[in-house]
Amino acid sequence: MLAYLGRRLAQLVPVLLLISLLVFLILHALPGDPAMLMLAGAEGGAVSAERIAELQEAMGLNDPLPVQYGRFLLGILRGDLGESIRLRTPVTEVILERFAFTIQLSLGGLACALLLGITTGVLSALRPNGWTDVLFSLMAYFGMSMPLFWLGLMLIFLFAFQLKWFPPSGSEGLDRLVLPSLTLGFVSAGAISRLTRSSLMEVLHEDYIRTAQAKGLARHRIVQGHALKNALIPVVTIVGLQFGGMLAGAVVTETVFSRPGLGRLVVQAILWKDYPLAQGIILFMAVLFLSANLLVDISYAWLDPRIRFH
Amino acid sequence: MFRRTLRAFGSQPQGVIGLGLLLVWLILALSATQLVPYDPLEQGLPPARAGDSPVRQAPSSLYWFGTDELGRDVLSRVLAGAHISLALGFISVSIGLVAGSTLGLVAGFYGGWVDGIVMRAMDALLAFPGILLALVVIAALGTSIQNVMIAVGIAIVPQYARLVRSLCLTIRELAYVEAAHVVGSGPVRLIFRHFLPNIVPPLIVLSTLQIGQAIIYGSALSFLGMGAQPPTPEWGLIAAKGRDFFRKAWWISTFPSLAILSVVLSFNLLGDGLRSLLDPRMRMVRAADQRNS
Repeated sequence: MLAYLGRRLAQLVPVLLLISLLVFLILHALPGDPAMLMLAGAEGGAVSAERIAELQEAMGLNDPLPVQYGRFLLGILRGDLGESIRLRTPVTEVILERFAFTIQLSLGGLACALLLGITTGVLSALRPNGWTDVLFSLMAYFGMSMPLFWLGLMLIFLFAFQLKWFPPSGSEGLDRLVLPSLTLGFVSAGAISRLTRSSLMEVLHEDYIRTAQAKGLARHRIVQGHALKNALIPVVTIVGLQFGGMLAGAVVTETVFSRPGLGRLVVQAILWKDYPLAQGIILFMAVLFLSANLLVDISYAWLDPRIRFH
Repeated sequence: MFRRTLRAFGSQPQGVIGLGLLLVWLILALSATQLVPYDPLEQGLPPARAGDSPVRQAPSSLYWFGTDELGRDVLSRVLAGAHISLALGFISVSIGLVAGSTLGLVAGFYGGWVDGIVMRAMDALLAFPGILLALVVIAALGTSIQNVMIAVGIAIVPQYARLVRSLCLTIRELAYVEAAHVVGSGPVRLIFRHFLPNIVPPLIVLSTLQIGQAIIYGSALSFLGMGAQPPTPEWGLIAAKGRDFFRKAWWISTFPSLAILSVVLSFNLLGDGLRSLLDPRMRMVRAADQRNS
């Protein structure tokens, strides 16, 4: 198990380096000059050429690119992602302040997606082509095809304004997490539902299920005790991927629900041309996603020893 | 052979419905300029009932989808926006398809260190889930609808690279391909005679599904203010502008969103229909997937 862990961590190193290079190059592929943007944001109006040159020197923008990249990497290792141009605070501080909102939303969305997806998937598989199956497949298709922002707007309209069950926006408290989590979850539930359905239907044709039936076990005991555990293995493997989908979906969902998370902030950072901030958040989200995937793989290898030897 | 394929496709309800829906949208997009009841950019259209305000008029016999916050006809704007979203879908998927398949073909065909480099680069791109990679590209290129097409195209490159590579690895092992290699077929002949015919059907399925996904991404980026700019009648942008009035004027955001929903649905249904049609070949994809996991 330890050897497997070590191998997985070693595989991550080149990927992390490439990600940091990619994110670094964004800042330098830009048409604008960060020093000028910074001064224009802080001092407003016309910015003198001397001040720009001064700041360029201070920020090390005149050094060759590889040197700048090296400094960027060293900064990351020390947890220093530079300073936000707009907010005038260290990027690391901003991320630490806000990332809890995004994590809560992603986990809430994932919980909704799994709950909805697995339940409807199991019900569909038990009566393939019955009316519940048709209804749930329709729901899955609509979920996969629906723009997230519209689903969010409709849920706010229905549950916040008409029924007044939940607050329409904001961040504090569990009740403000329900609608955004449902929005995120519904869209991913479709894929999980269809995967659960096909996987359970396949398992129900296995020999050991027939044996269980032959010895007279009740249907619900067969499904719960024998089939479901095996049928959910493929679902577990995509949880990491789904978590990534939640992080990405948070970008839109947080904007619709005005949640102060990282997803909304990264959009604002790009529109503000606050590149250190955008760069930092994007890097952070990528690392978060990679860590989630690693966690899923490790737990999977722990559950199924065959994986470790591949 | 062709007739049998056609009949098999006809027995798939989702594929037929998807194709029908898609054809309707293609016709609407191509004839939008003749179909629009009003100029999609004209503001302050006369109110349906005398004395009312021209802005945010509820749907009526005069304005089927109502009017927006500037008094423009929502139906005309939705129709005029059809070709933007469809073009976005086709163009970005073409970018992803060409770039991704080439990378995947090179990696899968040559293997070794070429494969290693290409696939590590794809892993790095895949670390930015979904729309996040498109955001990275937009951050570098700036906000515009053209850049959204490029960004979404780049965002789906890894999907194609991985699929084509794993297909190549499976095909390389097939007995008749090995035989062709042994009797001295060159790489060009191998690729065109043996690899491409096996790769194309799964690529058609993936592309159909990806066009729907690309339209979702593109409209989301415009909704966030990173894509089409006003007054372009892009669906995500119309929905974004109507967002602040959703409580009192639900129609501004709802009709363009329904347009997105039905177009994406048509590609998803068609993609699934094609997938079950090409099923025997999809077995190869599954085998390849298992090899990679």
